[in-house]
Amino acid sequence: MTKPTRRGYDGIVVAAPTTIPYERYSIHGAQRWIGQALAAALKRAGLRPADLDGFCCSSFSLGLDTAIGLTQHFGISPRWLDHIPMGGASAIVALRRAARAVQAGDADIVACVAGDTNHPDSFRQQLTGFSRFSTDAVYPYGAGGPNMSFALLTDAYMRTYGATREDFGRICVSQRTNALSTPHALMKRPLTMAQYLAARPIADPVALFDCVMPCAGAEAFLVMRDDTARALNLPSARLLSTIERHNAFAADPIQLRGGWAVDRDELYGMAGVAPADIDLLETYDDYPVIVMMQFEDLGFCAKGEGPAFVRAHDLTARGDFPHNTSGGQLSVGQAGAAGGHLGLVEAIRQLTGETLGAKVADAKVAMASGFGMINYDRGLCSGAAILGVDG
Amino acid sequence: MIPPKRKNPLLRTRAALQPPAARSRTALGITAAAARGGFALQVCAACQAVQYPPREICGTCLHDGLAWRAVPPEGTLIAATTIRVTADPYFRERTPWRTGMVAMDAGPAVIAHLPAGVAQGDRVRLAQKLDRAGQGAMVALPLAQPGDLLDDPMMREMTCDPKDRRVLVTDGRHAVGQDVARAMLAAGARVWLGVAETWRPFAAVEGAETIELDLTDADSVHRCAASHGGRLEIVVNTGLHTRPGGILERGDLTTARVEMEAAYFGPMRLAQAIGPALRARAADGTHPACAWVNVLSVYALANLPSWGAYSASQSAALSLSQALRADLRPIRVVNALIGPLDDEWHQAVPPPKLAPAALASAIVKALRDGVEEVAVGDVAQDILARFRDDPKILERELAS
Repeated sequence: MTKPTRRGYDGIVVAAPTTIPYERYSIHGAQRWIGQALAAALKRAGLRPADLDGFCCSSFSLGLDTAIGLTQHFGISPRWLDHIPMGGASAIVALRRAARAVQAGDADIVACVAGDTNHPDSFRQQLTGFSRFSTDAVYPYGAGGPNMSFALLTDAYMRTYGATREDFGRICVSQRTNALSTPHALMKRPLTMAQYLAARPIADPVALFDCVMPCAGAEAFLVMRDDTARALNLPSARLLSTIERHNAFAADPIQLRGGWAVDRDELYGMAGVAPADIDLLETYDDYPVIVMMQFEDLGFCAKGEGPAFVRAHDLTARGDFPHNTSGGQLSVGQAGAAGGHLGLVEAIRQLTGETLGAKVADAKVAMASGFGMINYDRGLCSGAAILGVDG
Repeated sequence: MIPPKRKNPLLRTRAALQPPAARSRTALGITAAAARGGFALQVCAACQAVQYPPREICGTCLHDGLAWRAVPPEGTLIAATTIRVTADPYFRERTPWRTGMVAMDAGPAVIAHLPAGVAQGDRVRLAQKLDRAGQGAMVALPLAQPGDLLDDPMMREMTCDPKDRRVLVTDGRHAVGQDVARAMLAAGARVWLGVAETWRPFAAVEGAETIELDLTDADSVHRCAASHGGRLEIVVNTGLHTRPGGILERGDLTTARVEMEAAYFGPMRLAQAIGPALRARAADGTHPACAWVNVLSVYALANLPSWGAYSASQSAALSLSQALRADLRPIRVVNALIGPLDDEWHQAVPPPKLAPAALASAIVKALRDGVEEVAVGDVAQDILARFRDDPKILERELAS
């Protein structure tokens, strides 16, 4: 039996890229941040809450609430509802599900929203109960959190492929350059390679500027048919293809590759483009090592050639390989589950001409990727989407 | 290691924080193995896959039959880090703290604590040790080097080496107390040996300092606590009052009351008087208070009717030790379970019998290994094995 070809996303668009400017700490609940993002996305589209018939939510800090509780909190009555607990992969997964719902007619307009609040003790509390495997087999080992997990991956990657701290520094420094023109980026000061290399060590070889800063914030976008967007007079980008994979390469003793490598041919094939056609790339960037793995596993260079790739390219928004053009989580901040939405929202902005900061010239095709959930020793979720505008 | 410097008495005694203690019930299998000095992981009954982290369902074939088994602990350290910033107050006081990823020969990848000197690429052997919260933790030790690196600061958090520590041994009138004192001195400890009614003749132990201590006398216990409670790191409760006799043949409660005083009320009195100070000093300096040791009859687990009342007093003592284990944490409560001693009261019991000196060495080893339960001698090990196999069958065996 041959595998049936996946159906395309004909007529499905994304629009209304929305960001609620981040704050390091907030006295408010996640419900407020998510509600603000929902309100702002609806306002951008000229919609009333009653016009919304699909809602999809991601958050780590809603307490006992999930998407269903938020319907009553926000006074919305959707006929399609989802809650996606996949951290940095949530945006891609939300987009995939929402797109199929709209395509099938189960909903007309889906708002995909992610947001989290952040209090001074939020990060520690989230670490202590992140997952069963983490409680049993990670947190008691120094309570280093994701800094420790990514330190181990970075150490293994550096020894296996010869990457240096400077190679990771190129990613962080160029993202900071991008962030300087993003109005709501929490990091406002330029970062030099010398500063990157001299930074305070956190969990060797990970140092301060390799780590995201947890913060409060929210991101949102709308998924709808192209005729709906036209009727609303709303700039939009077409969804060309997506992939999603969980717990890939489980036999690898340590994570040196992610699930993108399993599915990338399908990602490009479905969109009918090649890596060279991608005008800008928004990767999931909680630590630069996972960015380098995405360059490789998404096919921009061969496995192990990430270090050479970052040495050969200018990763800033005006460079030859525009990457994390708003500054990414490393420089804008990591607003919990919204961290996975940041890149996708920025990709929509670049394609629809709604950029807040540095603009990529003549951007027609963008890729956003997601990565999430260090359940034990590695990120389990991976996903990616290609968006395009006619030009 | 250089002997610890005297503490500046004006400095605040650091609070005894504990590492994160939360675990799933399944993961307590590692704690159980560590408490007994073993190394066990779950193995699938259907496909034999070795599991880690602990699971409820096999990660290879979805079978639900996962049993804790001894597995080869060797592996290779494939990644390492030095944690310098941590979310947890216990580790924050102890940074830099090294951890690493071990690819076990048996299959799983294990995040483990790394003592100094273990480097990426090294062959290692994993050990399961109790951490200061009393929970089992994986530690990667150098394969090339035997032993537990007792002087490594990380290993000192998980073990209770008597070296350079101050030890109270409660009963210097008993051969066990005397031999434990000698073994502690030989292990590099300073020893105070409690003797009841010092005006009566007793055999002093050379090198140990005799102090008046009668666990059956509240005044004596409080005087001991007042003078020594703040400068002890290890307490060894050797109070043994071993008398034969079943319940019916004794005919009254006189001996039973003495047995309960020696095994249960006396140690409880001492714990109430000294325990709070001991616990408060559990993070004091480089050689903090660390352990409370009990010598218990293995018949605490299942009654030996020919010594029926004595066995019952030992069950009470065992139960007391379990309560103390929770109350005294992070002080480790270590139970040395013994069969018949080679002494006057076991004259009629056939061998094998346990020599007090062998018990004393086993206690020192248990402290160095960081375990909380050790069966000493052939009889105790045999009874413990039968108990773990089936307590009901053991009860019938002992009653026949």
